Amino acid sequence: MRPDLIALLPELVLAALAMGVLLAGLASGRARHGLLAGGALVSLAVTALALWYAAAATDPAARLFSGMFALDRFAVYFKALFLLSSALVILLSVDYLKRNDYRPGEYLALVMFATVGMMTMASGVNLAAIYVGLELMALSTYILAGYFRREVKSHEAATKYFVLGAFSSGVLLYGLSLIYGTTGTLDLGALTRVLAAGKPATATMVGMALLACGFLFKVAAVPFHVWTPDVYEGAPTPITAFMSVGPKAAGFAMFLRVFLVGLAPLAASWIWLVGAAAVLTMIWGNVAALTQDNVKRMLAYSSIAHAGYALVGLVAGGAAGVNSVLFYMLVYTVTNLGAFGFVIMLESRGYAGETVSDYAGLARRHPTAAFGMLLFMLSLGGIPPTAGFMGKLYLFAAAVNAGYVWLVVVAVVMSAVSLYYYLRIVLQMYLREGEGVEPAELVVAPWTERVIWACGLAVLVIGILPAPFLAAARATAGVLGLS
Amino acid sequence: MTIPTSNFVILAAILFAIGAAGVLLRRSGISILLGIELMLNAANLALVAFGRQHGQLDAQVFVFFVMAVAAAEVAVGLALLVAIFRKQQSIDVDRLNVMRW
Repeated sequence: MRPDLIALLPELVLAALAMGVLLAGLASGRARHGLLAGGALVSLAVTALALWYAAAATDPAARLFSGMFALDRFAVYFKALFLLSSALVILLSVDYLKRNDYRPGEYLALVMFATVGMMTMASGVNLAAIYVGLELMALSTYILAGYFRREVKSHEAATKYFVLGAFSSGVLLYGLSLIYGTTGTLDLGALTRVLAAGKPATATMVGMALLACGFLFKVAAVPFHVWTPDVYEGAPTPITAFMSVGPKAAGFAMFLRVFLVGLAPLAASWIWLVGAAAVLTMIWGNVAALTQDNVKRMLAYSSIAHAGYALVGLVAGGAAGVNSVLFYMLVYTVTNLGAFGFVIMLESRGYAGETVSDYAGLARRHPTAAFGMLLFMLSLGGIPPTAGFMGKLYLFAAAVNAGYVWLVVVAVVMSAVSLYYYLRIVLQMYLREGEGVEPAELVVAPWTERVIWACGLAVLVIGILPAPFLAAARATAGVLGLS
Repeated sequence: MTIPTSNFVILAAILFAIGAAGVLLRRSGISILLGIELMLNAANLALVAFGRQHGQLDAQVFVFFVMAVAAAEVAVGLALLVAIFRKQQSIDVDRLNVMRW
């Protein structure tokens, strides 16, 4: 096989198997949830094997498909992360889909297509390839947000996501066309050379700003976050969990690659833009989360705030900044998927289980699950010995070393504020009794429970022994040419 | 006589502004979809014009990809509008207000 095709093997395999799952879903009728989900999980495992093989067989420095595609350590790290998060999301979805009586075939296939899109984004070294991957991910996610078609909220979430998402990709594309117009290239490496050679034109700066707006929208940063709470609340909960980890990490993958490689010569200009967005995002995300009574909305604002922390790593730049963002994405993925797993188990009684008061007294009735939720809340708040603490420590250390002390001050103060709303849930679980005649209960959802277990374990292991995970993140920065 | 690139770029900017205004100001779902198409095609026009100026085919090829993406986008958008119309007999996006921030 040609080296180009070998490097693309994971995406090819996953896309083909996703179509297989789609057809199997059509052919098998309703009662095949477990079988189809098993098929999807096996497909992701096969893709992981293909990724391992492709990474070993491909020269990391090679630019394949005429400079469109690279399979360097950076891309491999993100692809492995996407495969992990998609597998966990599928496990979270199995019981949920069955309980709500929706067909699994299209759903699983769309999650897999979105994963193909994210993998392409992480590998794209040309703005055209990144754009196509981005749209494949975005279109699949729009449909998934509206998948629960019997519910008005799901429609509303999908429509808001679609309209604002399509608007932002229009803005992004226009910015991209301006950058192409003034520099004559879409290739990130060539872009760096052209931009480093001379003073950039005004149109380049406008294009860069529009591109930044589009990217900030995709990672849900203030002031482009307005869609997030509504979409996260209305979408099916496993999809909310998916959107908060997969597409967000993919957004950061392209953000890092485009801004720290392609637009690196313009850093003096964009650093203020992104830094200001980081400050606003941390402040507004945390402050707005304080007032939320709906747990899904609260986690939506919390995910906005966490995008702000990760933007601090992007501003810090350099190898340390990139490493810390990559490590933080892993930490955030396991923590947030665990937390959403708990919400999924509680949410099962139709409307119930979404408000903070539903959590009252759960620790007494469900001690192990509540302990898991305690771990996730501590990790989101950044308390040792959880993974969240390590993630924030490395992010903030990178920013301090790069000289952005003021950013870190804001981040630390806002982390302290965030403890209020994370611990509010813990207090409800441990110190309050359930009120009313029928307090909320957790449903029996064996797979969701196992995901919570696995994520809880991962949160503790990464929190206590971060070294191997950091080493994996560290191996990636060199490929971006950063020191 | 050849038309200078700047004319195309100005036209693209005007089209983009009209499209963006359409998305932000109109309330009918169909008008919003039209606005999104205008924005994408404004970017396409700019890309093609710049491609001609640079004497490259890169941008022209990219535009084909964007057109395919735009077609998929409209398919998803129209499907969503159909689903909403079935639910509430209207595609007025202002009526999508179950959730408030």
